[in-house]
Amino acid sequence: MITLNHYLILSGCLFAVGMYGIMTRRNALLILLSVELLLNAANLSFVAYARYRGDLTGQVFVFFTMVVAACEVAIGLAVAILLFRTRETLNTDEINTLKW
Amino acid sequence: MNEVIFFYSFAGLTLLAALYVVLTKNPTYAVLSLVAAMFSLAILFVLLHAYFIAVVHVLVYAGAILVLFLFVVMLLGVGKEETPGKSQRLYRIFGGLVVTGFLLEIGIIIKAVSSSAQSPAALSGTIEEVGKLLFTEYFLPFEITSVLLLVGIIGAVVLSKKEEPGRSKQMQAEGQPRSGQAEDL
Repeated sequence: MITLNHYLILSGCLFAVGMYGIMTRRNALLILLSVELLLNAANLSFVAYARYRGDLTGQVFVFFTMVVAACEVAIGLAVAILLFRTRETLNTDEINTLKW
Repeated sequence: MNEVIFFYSFAGLTLLAALYVVLTKNPTYAVLSLVAAMFSLAILFVLLHAYFIAVVHVLVYAGAILVLFLFVVMLLGVGKEETPGKSQRLYRIFGGLVVTGFLLEIGIIIKAVSSSAQSPAALSGTIEEVGKLLFTEYFLPFEITSVLLLVGIIGAVVLSKKEEPGRSKQMQAEGQPRSGQAEDL
């Protein structure tokens, strides 16, 4: 039988993969992709808890997380486009000044 | 029995796709692999009886967010491989250490609190049930998310419409008409 722990371990592994992506990637777009992985790992544990505790609140929270993720992506991609237009690169090692 | 088979196959698929997102050199492949990860996550949501969340997940992530990502990746022409810099190895070692520590921590925590609620409760996350909760108990947060979306839309438009004042003046001086949408993006 699949218990709550199975889902929590899977969620933890997904979160770890996303963290590794954020730390090793140098491209701003791919860092944003890894952030999506983190958000979904959190979503998975919310839904798992909702199921195993019999409380729908977890699913409502996942709904809110999705809205936040959609906004984050819209703003993040706009910033990425702006960065690319002004700096001609998305490499986070080269983008190291706040003002120039 | 079926649940066990489905869980292990789609959990494995999700993890593999997530690893590919993180490890591949080609950004386009990374986005497409994340689409696969999102679909298998949606199947896990169905296994957890979160039907509404599963549908919305596929619609919002695979349908909107990742298409936007793919669009930007192709628009900016970052389809070429990332250059493996000298510091890259250092990042990998550091990232590996932090992730190992994190996994150990999660393992310890799960082991410590694994007593409560191990068998699934009766619950169905249909649109009706989630909608009832959303429009009664969580009505105020629900309305606030619409403001958040509005802020997101305005922010994205303002950011990506911004013109460098010097450049547009120069263009007008040279008598070139602004070429509209294609250039603004």
